[in-house]
Amino acid sequence: MTQDNNNHPTPPAQQPRTIKEALNPVSRRTFLKGTAASLLGMTGVVAALEPLLKLERGELTIDGLLQKHYHRLTPEAMERILRSLEEKCKEQYGVMPNIADIKPMEGVGFAYALNLSRCVGCRKCAHACMAENNQSRESATDIEMSYIRVLELDQGSINMESSNQYYHPDEVPRKGKYYMPVQCHQCRHAPCTQACPVKATWQDPDGIIVVDYNWCIGCRYCMAACPYDARRFNFDKPKIPEKAINPNQDYLSNRIRPKGVVEKCTFCLHRTREGKYPACLEVCPTGARVFGNLLDPDSEINYILKNKRVYILKEDVGTMPRFYYFFDK
Amino acid sequence: MLKDYTLFLVRVGLLSFQGSRKYYAWMIFLFVICLIGLHAYSLQFVEGLSTTGMTNQVSWGVYIANFTFLVGVAAAAVMLVIPAYIYKKDHMNKVVIFGELMAIAVIIMCLLFVMVDLGRPDRFHHMLPPFGILNWPLSILSWDVIVLNGYLLLNLHICGYLLYTKYLGRKPTKMFYIPFIFIAMAWAISIHTVTAFLYVGLAGRPYWNNPIVAPRFLASAFTAGPALLIITFQVIRKSTSYWIGNEPIFTLRMIMTVSMVINVFLLGCELFTEFYAATAHVVASRYLYFGLEGHNVLVPWIWTAIALDFIGLGLLMTPLSRDINWLNLACIFCFIGIWIEKGMGLIIPGFVPSPLGQVVEYLPTINETLVCLGIWAFGALLYSWMLKIAIPIMDGSLRRSGISQVD
Repeated sequence: MTQDNNNHPTPPAQQPRTIKEALNPVSRRTFLKGTAASLLGMTGVVAALEPLLKLERGELTIDGLLQKHYHRLTPEAMERILRSLEEKCKEQYGVMPNIADIKPMEGVGFAYALNLSRCVGCRKCAHACMAENNQSRESATDIEMSYIRVLELDQGSINMESSNQYYHPDEVPRKGKYYMPVQCHQCRHAPCTQACPVKATWQDPDGIIVVDYNWCIGCRYCMAACPYDARRFNFDKPKIPEKAINPNQDYLSNRIRPKGVVEKCTFCLHRTREGKYPACLEVCPTGARVFGNLLDPDSEINYILKNKRVYILKEDVGTMPRFYYFFDK
Repeated sequence: MLKDYTLFLVRVGLLSFQGSRKYYAWMIFLFVICLIGLHAYSLQFVEGLSTTGMTNQVSWGVYIANFTFLVGVAAAAVMLVIPAYIYKKDHMNKVVIFGELMAIAVIIMCLLFVMVDLGRPDRFHHMLPPFGILNWPLSILSWDVIVLNGYLLLNLHICGYLLYTKYLGRKPTKMFYIPFIFIAMAWAISIHTVTAFLYVGLAGRPYWNNPIVAPRFLASAFTAGPALLIITFQVIRKSTSYWIGNEPIFTLRMIMTVSMVINVFLLGCELFTEFYAATAHVVASRYLYFGLEGHNVLVPWIWTAIALDFIGLGLLMTPLSRDINWLNLACIFCFIGIWIEKGMGLIIPGFVPSPLGQVVEYLPTINETLVCLGIWAFGALLYSWMLKIAIPIMDGSLRRSGISQVD
């Protein structure tokens, strides 16, 4: 940091020694100018922040800001949070739900298999999923939030780039087409949980990958990481009419999400962890969907994985999904 | 000590408001744009990210594009530091501080671009242990948080220490800054490498899952960063009494030229791999350069970028750019060209087509654009202010009383 010669030394002005001296040569005019500029600046900042007045009450709460990560919550704290979430739902959506925090069962590892020979592309699963999981169903674009995307593919190829998700024929299946529903594959080597910078998403012991909606910061890195396009982001606050709300909710699955967080298919853990089937399976008219416990040697899912021609989507990416496709004939 | 420092801060504060009409006009202009950006961001904060053009398919947009580009500009400060401290080029010694200050301003812009991209900025503290949990070392984003903030701290320390000792008229103690300067050199490379790995690490996105991304990031960064510095030096030279000669500018020109040659070469390698074998993975590049099934929003952009890159390179490689005006033109062309190709040109095709083959296009909304403009203006404001303070310290007109002029 040497001074260069061609830097003209400034005239040896008297340098102030004290704060008073420093302030002294500042003429009244400069001082007033500075004050006026600062005041004007502050006013500008306040004016710019004006939209914040429209922030909904209860959107930002001290409790919310201080809430700890799911794994660090005591049972009592969890209880309090669940009750306050119920209150909030009642207040904002007019329905008093029952929000539980159901833990995974011992000795259970879930897996899902979908029979591509049977699926007819009716998309009943996608719609049942949205109803079960309390998603907005008001505008036409809300279907984008469904955890299940059904691809219509040309027979003779399995090229996704030529697939179509917005098919609207009078009748399915269309001639020359076949259908492939895609939802979260609950990967054993999940790129999404690895990507999350704050551990807001993780795999539970039964194989289900969950999101703590109260911990997610909304960076959407998990969405970029997912090879199956299985994650959805709440760009808006969900809008659900009172009568459409499913009151049987779980903290980690279908409770109504706040805006600004990521969500995904949880194999309907609020149902499946209590011995029921996922909503998408129950509604399927062709019986194309098979769900069960991989750790139970006598389960149907085990039979299929051992005896059918099984196809794993994007096996090359190395995600080792718990979701399989298979063919009958 | 403390008294000295307080006096220093007071004087810096006063100096910030003393300046020519031009200075005032420039700062007010930037400040007003900042406010417009802040207003747009407040709207986004209340409404949610639905105020942006992003969708479930294209879940990152112009915020992350700008972020990626700017990380490179910040890293490029190292291209002043290396000649100054390793090759001991005297003429670089005089300007190296301006590069480091630029790194500070630009890193702050990067952090702002990440902040405005968050769906839940109110939960920012979830990243900060002990209250939060940083998913380190698994998540590359957690690495990025560490390297970016570390780089910011390193540069804040180096600049703060050197400027303050200069103000005091003391010789800086080597132990307090030289080690940090060398750490910062490696660190500068790391910020851009880690940012590249953010994309490269995603196996489900073939457009990004490509080892050439990191080297290309660095090559383009070492073009765009010096380009901005060359322009900045001339502004300093014209508008202050601090004389910057032509040597630093032409050293940077050489660095830019070499980097740009490497950048364009690597681009060629990438294009060859993509298009010659024409596997299914070429589809994202095809979208970018030629459009897919009538979806071609990015096509004019990327060809503009390529044209700017090549004209810029042509100017740099020929004696034409020994003339400062042509050099400036080359700088502007390269800067904009790289901003496009490494911003939108890198981020958006990663999402198009989606992993399930959907082609959903992305265009930023006006609100989103205003937020971006606000952050750019804020960065410029910050850098202008830092220069406003640093230059009088460097030329000795702002110093503690009782010290001689020449040290």
